[in-house]
Amino acid sequence: MIRINNLHKSYPIGKDSLHVLKGIDLHIKEGEFVSIMGSSGSGKSTLLNIVGLLDEHDEGDYFLNGQEIKNLNEKKGAVLRNKFLGFVFQSFNLISYKTALENVSLPLYYKGVSRKERQKIALDYLDKVGLKDWASHLPNELSGGQKQRVAIARALVTQPKVVLADEPTGALDSTTTDSVMDLLKDINNEGMTVFVITHEEEVADQTKRIVRLKDGIIISDTINIQRNPVKTV
Amino acid sequence: MKFLFDSDTWQEIYGGIRKNKTRTIITIIGVLWGIFLLVTLLGASRGLENNFKTIFGDFATNSVFVWSQRTELPFKGFQKGRRVRLTTNDVEILKREYKEIKFIAPRSQTNSAITRSFKTGSFNVSGDLPVLDKVQKKDLIYGRFLNENDIKLKSKVCVIEQEIYEQLFEKDEQPVGEMVNIGNISYKVIGVYKNGNISFDGAAAYIPFTTFQQVYNRANRISWMMITANEGVDILQMEQDILLTLKNIHKVDPEDQRAFGSANLAVEIGKITGFLTGMQFLTWFVGIATLIAGVFAIGNILLITVKERTKEIGIRRAIGATPIEVRRQVVLESVFLTTVAGMLGIIFGGFVLFLLDYFLGSGPDPTLINPTVDIPVILVAFLILVVLGTLIGLIPAYMATLVKPIDALRDE
Repeated sequence: MIRINNLHKSYPIGKDSLHVLKGIDLHIKEGEFVSIMGSSGSGKSTLLNIVGLLDEHDEGDYFLNGQEIKNLNEKKGAVLRNKFLGFVFQSFNLISYKTALENVSLPLYYKGVSRKERQKIALDYLDKVGLKDWASHLPNELSGGQKQRVAIARALVTQPKVVLADEPTGALDSTTTDSVMDLLKDINNEGMTVFVITHEEEVADQTKRIVRLKDGIIISDTINIQRNPVKTV
Repeated sequence: MKFLFDSDTWQEIYGGIRKNKTRTIITIIGVLWGIFLLVTLLGASRGLENNFKTIFGDFATNSVFVWSQRTELPFKGFQKGRRVRLTTNDVEILKREYKEIKFIAPRSQTNSAITRSFKTGSFNVSGDLPVLDKVQKKDLIYGRFLNENDIKLKSKVCVIEQEIYEQLFEKDEQPVGEMVNIGNISYKVIGVYKNGNISFDGAAAYIPFTTFQQVYNRANRISWMMITANEGVDILQMEQDILLTLKNIHKVDPEDQRAFGSANLAVEIGKITGFLTGMQFLTWFVGIATLIAGVFAIGNILLITVKERTKEIGIRRAIGATPIEVRRQVVLESVFLTTVAGMLGIIFGGFVLFLLDYFLGSGPDPTLINPTVDIPVILVAFLILVVLGTLIGLIPAYMATLVKPIDALRDE
């Protein structure tokens, strides 16, 4: 699904340039549940932006669903994002003057789905995240966990190949964190590739594969067997 | 162009506009004010113009008036300060010499008491030829104007102004055939006329020219003359030529500026129409400048809101909005706002014109007559507005797509 070879990225800072990603090799197959761990400044957000086609890489190859990503113009990028990727952000990024239902159906609007169809699909997905009764509420009438679930519904509504979650639980307390992670797990169990970025061990622990990033290189890439860690005394 | 008829497009725009109420209102006021000013000013100046047109309406505008005064230069043995007199002989010569003269009316005037039984008043009395009716159309309420027969027979008949009629007669009394005394002589009233907005004679009683000359012992001397030229004649040139001819006849130095006075109606009217043209230009200038200012205000506000909405635009792009779709939305918002504001401005302006017409456009002496704006003018202004709205919307639209979604979404 995602194949990254020797990926480099640097940002210009004044006259100098900051080398953020120094040769990343990453291979994610369909249906995986991967978390990228790392402290701030490790380059994990940059990696996500590149994977999410929000930013371009300088060197190396990136294949998304078998398609090489190279010299994307904005329009092509937008279409690919709409088709293959679903985003979940730390700060939810819902449009404040649109109801939950409208927010969820927005990607379908850009996909060109008819209005009736949109409403129906969006409502299905809201139901899936357990917020059917909140469909007509504005984001500021929802709790943080509910907002994130709306955002997840929005990420899923176009039936993407990969769901990209950038610190999805960063703004949530531990109870809602668990409910959001459970939701992501459910999605993954249905076959969706989920790609989570986090710096919380508890969150990473709930994924199937943990990739640790430090100073722009992968320092470990392990299969997490303890998916449901048993508490040891 | 399909997107224009897509209800979803408009749903999105409605959402964007409804969310930013303050911005929407300020924007609408900006453009509304511009087009409102344009419509109102154009309508009002049109009303004024119409008013001037009616004032001059019953007047042959290519007319020259000539009268005589005293000389200011000695000439051929004559002292300066000599009184010069226009005569009927001059009229005959001018009529003969100038092919471009359409009508020429000698005028002899005085002031006299006009009496009927116990009622009396002091009015102008004017000896005139029937041709006066051609130079300055007389609006008759009763009877007729002087005719050739009256001149030939030196009839003692008169045509009186409405004001004289009102002072000497009872209301609705039939004046034609009644007798009035002008000075000590009895005249039969043959007509009553009404003065227009411009009158050189005031409330006057017109009696036959020949009668006047005899009664007031004027022989062939006249007070002044009114000359109307044919269509297309250079009236200024004709005025100068006539003055020279008159100076020649009366042995006046050609350089003498004071011996004969003249006024050119075309020039006087030209001053006023020039003023009207200037006013119309000013109207357009002010109106369009305000309009442009309004459109710029829209652009400015949109630009600010685009900055405010960077995040929203970033979200939209992250979930698959192409730059074209984002731009289209911003431009359509701008066009939609200018269009709505423009329409409101036109309606509002039309309403104010209606009020102007209602309060100033009726009554005996209206300030504005029929204050209107041509529909094509409105359409052109409207079109300009929409085009400007589109152009100015392009700037924020471009700005909106300049921001990378990743920068827009970055937290703080």
